[in-house]
Amino acid sequence: MTATVRDLGPYLALVLVGFLPNEIWRVLGIVIARGLDEGSELLVWVRAVATAVLAGIIAQLVLSPPGALATVALVVRVTAVIIGFVAFLIARRSVFIGVLAGESALVLGALIWP
Amino acid sequence: MSAVYTPSSTGAFVIGVKSAAKSVFIYVMFGTFIGYGALCHDLGFSLTWALVSTVLIWAGPAQVIVVTALGSGLSAGEAAIAVSLSGIRLLPMVAALLPLIRTKATRFWHLLLPAHLTAVSMWVESLRMAPGLPPERRVAFCNGLGLGLMAPTLVATVVGFMLAQRLPALFAAAVLFLTPMSFTVSVARNSRELVDKLAFILGLALTPVFALAKVDLALLIGGVLAGTIAFAVHRLREGA
Repeated sequence: MTATVRDLGPYLALVLVGFLPNEIWRVLGIVIARGLDEGSELLVWVRAVATAVLAGIIAQLVLSPPGALATVALVVRVTAVIIGFVAFLIARRSVFIGVLAGESALVLGALIWP
Repeated sequence: MSAVYTPSSTGAFVIGVKSAAKSVFIYVMFGTFIGYGALCHDLGFSLTWALVSTVLIWAGPAQVIVVTALGSGLSAGEAAIAVSLSGIRLLPMVAALLPLIRTKATRFWHLLLPAHLTAVSMWVESLRMAPGLPPERRVAFCNGLGLGLMAPTLVATVVGFMLAQRLPALFAAAVLFLTPMSFTVSVARNSRELVDKLAFILGLALTPVFALAKVDLALLIGGVLAGTIAFAVHRLREGA
């Protein structure tokens, strides 16, 4: 466990550190799906958990972001997501308008609030 | 897209590819993977490695973790755990999607490709569109959709890799922001029922609280708790 990713070589590292730890969840998903019927209440719960985990990932990506996004101020990141979401609602749930508005707000905010 | 006729499997695959081409995710992911290609270049990976990693992992957050882990000299064990935590979402996503797209005739190995292609983009679009197709054609549709979304990301990875040195720093921040912004609005669009809306809001609120409290596996615990509370509220309303 003390080996660094660099020691493994790029392709072995890709399989051991990138592919397998990620793909295991997809395979487990197939196994669990076997016991679920379309329209069952259990499926509603599974979908709710998937949605909530996704929401958690969104929160983490905005509050403690990776790489270059961390150079943009927290207030700008949070405000940009809110602006994007409000634009999405105003534009009758258009994902395109929401993303465009949020991105514009982020870039403008980063320029104004360096 | 109403199922007034039954397309062939090839026809359903082509409908999937066309749906990918019309999806707003094409633009979002093109931007995201320009950023990913540039990141791979800057951290010293080959272009081939960058492309193979996209095909094998096919999950934006996990890919960013893997390449940054190599740059920062994180141990392989720590990096694998970080990737695995970000991938937990794939389990309930796959488990929620497959019952909608399989039939009694579907074999286990038929489900391997759609499961591998499951990522937020493909999941959101197939939950929305697959029910409009006849059940026996949904696997082919999902494969077309997933591969139709993956192909442009490979082009974008090449573009980002080539342009890496010419991209301004603010661009790098903007493409990284595409992931949380597009996840937010696309998951919100798919959350029509109360249980989904509640799960979304509670997940947004609870996970950072657990993360701030330094709870291990904050993402998993926050997600399961938020999803379960939302489901309990849904059951109480249905039952009452």
